[in-house]
Amino acid sequence: MAKRKFGISFVQVVNHTRCKMKKALSVVLFVVLLLSMSGIANAQTELSLWYHGAGNETERSILLGIIDDFNMAQSEYTVVLEEFPQESYNSSIVAAALAGDLPDIIDVDGPVMPGWAWSGYMQPLNLSEGALDDFLPGAIGEWHGEVYSVGLWDAAVSIYARRSVLEAHDIRIPTLDDPWSGDEFDAILEQLQASGDYEYALDLGMAWTGEWYPYAFSPFLQSFGGDMIDRSTYLTAEGVLNGEAGVAFGEWWQSLFERGLAPGTSQDGADRETGFIDGKYALQWNGNWAGINTLAAVGDDLLFLPAPDFGSGSTIGAASWQFGISSSSMNAEGANAFIEHAIQDEYLAAFSDGIGLIPATAGAAALSEHYSEGGALEVYFGLSEAQALVRPVTPGYATVALVFEKALADIANGADVQDTLDAAVDEIDQDIEDNMGYGFGDM
Amino acid sequence: MTTAAEARQKAPLWVRWLLPKDAPLYQRNDAVIGWLMAAPALIILTVFLVIPFFMAFFWSFTNQRLISPNPTEWVGLRNFGRLLNVQVFNLEPERDAAGHIVYEEGAIQYPRLRTFTRNNPDYPHLDGLREFTSWQSGENRTVILVGDVVFLRALINTLIFAAVIAPLQGGLALVLALLLNQALPFINVFRSVYFAPVVVSMVVVSLLWRFIYDGHNGLLNTILGILSFGNFQPVDWLGNPYTAMPALIAMSAWQAVGFHMVIWLAGLQTIPASLYEAAGLDGAGAWQKFRYVTWPGLRNTAVLVLIVITIQAMGLFVQVDVMTRGGPLDATQSVVFQAVQRGYDKQDIAEGSAISVVLFIIVFIIAMVQRYITREKE
Repeated sequence: MAKRKFGISFVQVVNHTRCKMKKALSVVLFVVLLLSMSGIANAQTELSLWYHGAGNETERSILLGIIDDFNMAQSEYTVVLEEFPQESYNSSIVAAALAGDLPDIIDVDGPVMPGWAWSGYMQPLNLSEGALDDFLPGAIGEWHGEVYSVGLWDAAVSIYARRSVLEAHDIRIPTLDDPWSGDEFDAILEQLQASGDYEYALDLGMAWTGEWYPYAFSPFLQSFGGDMIDRSTYLTAEGVLNGEAGVAFGEWWQSLFERGLAPGTSQDGADRETGFIDGKYALQWNGNWAGINTLAAVGDDLLFLPAPDFGSGSTIGAASWQFGISSSSMNAEGANAFIEHAIQDEYLAAFSDGIGLIPATAGAAALSEHYSEGGALEVYFGLSEAQALVRPVTPGYATVALVFEKALADIANGADVQDTLDAAVDEIDQDIEDNMGYGFGDM
Repeated sequence: MTTAAEARQKAPLWVRWLLPKDAPLYQRNDAVIGWLMAAPALIILTVFLVIPFFMAFFWSFTNQRLISPNPTEWVGLRNFGRLLNVQVFNLEPERDAAGHIVYEEGAIQYPRLRTFTRNNPDYPHLDGLREFTSWQSGENRTVILVGDVVFLRALINTLIFAAVIAPLQGGLALVLALLLNQALPFINVFRSVYFAPVVVSMVVVSLLWRFIYDGHNGLLNTILGILSFGNFQPVDWLGNPYTAMPALIAMSAWQAVGFHMVIWLAGLQTIPASLYEAAGLDGAGAWQKFRYVTWPGLRNTAVLVLIVITIQAMGLFVQVDVMTRGGPLDATQSVVFQAVQRGYDKQDIAEGSAISVVLFIIVFIIAMVQRYITREKE
């Protein structure tokens, strides 16, 4: 009824209008039709990109520059950026995955990637042959033999020291090829502490709870010959975390705090930021991201020294934020094209200059301000190249990291080393079993 | 005029269902409007409280993960078994070849517990258990082995926290309320000052108190040093297992004391001034006035304050998360912190749900007991 009534009145209205009006109407209709048709003809496929760095203007402008360049360079795809605060980024991805609403391109933290790949949130990259040849190993995210993510940068840690202090105490300055041995390092800490000039000889950064613990401290364990999990099977931590090497590491770790050589878990966050610069601490275990600020405060006296070798070589943690493609993306081709566009040396260098991170290729390092030859942080590129070892590549890492953090905090606070590591192993193994091996073999 | 029966027949089915058979017409309208007005709150409560509650309850019997391609499976009481597994074990001393007990520096030597609890086929029921506590009984040691030391510590810590903070915070708030329930100049300024910490985010308060508790040059150590003319040895308040929990309790009590003070103040102002006048005429002193006029008048307020503090205390989380993350040596683990850490950080929703269910049951029991104890006696 209603429909017909409306139809009649419309006809009546049209009948009452003059010829002019009729013409005007048809012109308008024609224009509208034309516009909508041209819209269809020019429609580009939209690629959504989610990024974790909301709030950082520098990061945003560099990333937008990359996106604009890509959108201009071809006509098939338009990349649209959506930013999230880092704290809520991972939960946003998980929520989007559960809702079946993932974007095409996501960025993902290196150690988290296996979990998302295993859970089916991501698909392997399909870049052209040799695109990643020059990349630092830590910037490439692999899972079950396929590359799922690639980073524009990496991060690294080193020992911050003052040349004047080492020379005054007659301490050898170590090199990448000839780092301090474990015993040598320990003796140096004792010596610096005994000098009485410092509250503590070594600042490990115990105030930085969370991912810093496994990222920064598991390399010591690896240098002792242990690890957080058995990387040959990824099915257990037994004998690796709580074996002889693990216990030896644990005893040494505990003794650092017992002997008062390093501030413990109750370290104040502000002391962590400024303690080395203020001269409270003689040495500091810190990442390249703090390099520029420390350099500005300390000047040329500042040294970035490689990790000590406790017997099984020196390693440092690797892998930072990387780009990957969601499994639900219908435009994987375009997403791959964008990632391949983004990993050009000039962009890597731009990110490095903007936020101080290590560019992922040697070519980009040469273009960058801090990591080129003679650059203030050049040494970090060498460290990443030579010593980087990614954190355990398993979806179980989320649990491993927390268990390891707690074990190290407890040992630092005086818990029995063997019992604590045993308990950590049990928890890790239980978690692996509960998850049917996280895709490694049958359990 | 339509009769009630006719109105019922015309009314929609759900209205008929809601109303008693002989309800008159005007009640029908009231009921509809009543339900409509309650609807927003009911919907929000259902979506954000009731449904999650039942989901948690359901998940606690499964192996649900936050993210996983594996199917969710029913595991029965496994999660609760892991949380609450407790065994008593008699540890016999080490003996030499001749069967004599081995002594070292006068102390009986025992084999390491891990020889029994790790991969020992003779003791399958002890596999993976950890020592919670132990004591000497004769030449043996009696060891309480539990499946989940951290959870048990968290539970005990939370109960201690609640047991200490309820009288502490409630009492302190009452004292403040009594002091501020006077017609002094600028009294509202004082009331605002004590209330200020309540409106500041707990995260901010926790961060600030980390500075106050700093082991080297924190405010607290500095003040104690000055007051004792430098004789006080700085204490690492949050780094010492013995002081960490008391430090959290003191800081938490301070933070929310203003809130409960306001509730007490409201209670105080319901007591008629005539009662105090009458008591004064009868020759009652200040203490007698408090004991026989104020306190009985505050009875219902006291019940409210006590229950609110207890329930809030059982949810202890932010302070732990920001200040200690459960350390040192599990001294400040709390139940909610463990639920969040396992459910979200370790991605084990099932385990986190199981902890939440256990917490729910405990809070429910405590609330029931409190209601029973503080009930109106005939």
